[in-house]
Amino acid sequence: MSFANADAAIRPRLAGIGGWLGGVALRLSVLAALVLAWQVVTMLVDDPVSWPTFTDVAARFWDKWATDPDAWLRSLVPSMARLLGGWLGAVAVGIVVGTLIGLSARAREYVNPIVQFLRAIPPPALLPLFIVMLGIGDTMKATMILFGVVWPILLNTVDGVSSVEPLLRETGRVYRIGFRDELLRIILPSAAPKIFAGLRVSLAIAVILMVISEMVATVNGVGFELVQAQRSFRSLDVWATIVLLGIIGYTLNSILAAVEGVVLSWHRGAMGTRS
Amino acid sequence: MTQRLLEVEHLQFRYGTSPDAPAALEDVTFGVDKGEFVSIVGPSGSGKTTLLRCIAGLQHPTRGDVRLNGEQVTDVPQELAIVFQDYGRSLFPWMKVRENVDMPLRHMGLPRAERRERIESALEEVGLTDAVEKYPWQLSGGMQQRVAIARAVAYRPQILLMDEPFASVDAQTRADLQDMALEVWQAHESTVLFVTHDIDESVYLSGRVIVLSQPPATVAAEIPVDLSRPRDQIETKASREFVEQRAEVARLIRRPSGEPRVATEAGATEVERR
Repeated sequence: MSFANADAAIRPRLAGIGGWLGGVALRLSVLAALVLAWQVVTMLVDDPVSWPTFTDVAARFWDKWATDPDAWLRSLVPSMARLLGGWLGAVAVGIVVGTLIGLSARAREYVNPIVQFLRAIPPPALLPLFIVMLGIGDTMKATMILFGVVWPILLNTVDGVSSVEPLLRETGRVYRIGFRDELLRIILPSAAPKIFAGLRVSLAIAVILMVISEMVATVNGVGFELVQAQRSFRSLDVWATIVLLGIIGYTLNSILAAVEGVVLSWHRGAMGTRS
Repeated sequence: MTQRLLEVEHLQFRYGTSPDAPAALEDVTFGVDKGEFVSIVGPSGSGKTTLLRCIAGLQHPTRGDVRLNGEQVTDVPQELAIVFQDYGRSLFPWMKVRENVDMPLRHMGLPRAERRERIESALEEVGLTDAVEKYPWQLSGGMQQRVAIARAVAYRPQILLMDEPFASVDAQTRADLQDMALEVWQAHESTVLFVTHDIDESVYLSGRVIVLSQPPATVAAEIPVDLSRPRDQIETKASREFVEQRAEVARLIRRPSGEPRVATEAGATEVERR
């Protein structure tokens, strides 16, 4: 960011906007250089099936995903519904159960070995079981995503809730604020930074599990499109779908980061001033 | 006619339940009248904080009684507030100063206007009117402790317990905070029980100093402080009476209740260093 800093020194009044634009331009130029390298190398290799050029992939992405509302309805909407259904379910289960466990040292002792065992199971390995138990519908896929992503949320919530500064809880007790407010206004805000760390990890895993669950037994979804393209040797469609998955993951993470930035603005400040 | 607000009788606190468990408090008895400013001093490790926590109902004594307005204390009473030493860990970092002060008031069923009025006047008393919309971590240590005091003041307790509240700020800030504490106490005609290891501070602030013995603690002495009020950091502390009273307390801390010199060695060297 030396570019932005130099800018700021010369024109202090415009420093904010100028520096920001400078930063964006710098980052975009790195991306542009990579894309250009891709384009040049693939043109030299000249094997459009195995090594498609950037312009070919971009054009296919544009036709197949960006400008086709039908494809959105057919694939993107069901995929996102499964992903968000499973993830939001995991958020609810993880925070509620994690809080209950975190509040009681005894509960932690009893539950910890079970949790460690369950979270050690790779979720895709459970796919056959889930298919037998729940069929191949959306419920099964959302359940698999839920099961796969709940652990980081649960464990981080337990950690956050059980490590609240004792003096803060004692202060609540001195002022007789009652359990409900102690939970909502002391324990959960205090645990929020750790909970959000768990949410971010779990959201990334949710995208992975969404694709995997749709690759195995399904009739629609982004993962299904990927497998179909692969099976019929449509290599450009495979590339275009991978680009879409990248955009989905990036967008979801950006939204969560923005929410976190608002909810935890105090935390960044407090960490910044702690020497 | 003074009225007894707090009674502490034969308070004993042991770490654990067995009869030979180590005791922090052996047998502590004293009382505080309405409107008094009383300090408790004692060598470090003499169980001052444990005593305060038992009085507040945060810990249960092994034996003995604490009564507030004649009623036995079992959990933290409504009429009581505490200012802890560690302001950095007793303010809520996700709440602005206003919300921190408001926190206890939300549960008292007060009308909105009164809550706002209490918050504003408490912050004005501690000199923090400009910091209402700031977060605690944006303030200096001394200002953070002012927020904690404003929170206690807005709660309007009958008795305010302060646990070495100024121990971790620099000397000049400490002097300012001491005078502010006296002003708040006088303005509200409230009652303060102030724990400190600083002999100067205890004499300067109080109408009465309770000296604890070496652990396990008993009350080694109760010393009335006959310095006129209002007190002044420079004039009061330079007066002959102040010097004499502070010497008396210091002597008692060195050699509480005539115990052999050897037993008090650690406490004595600590006092001399100051």
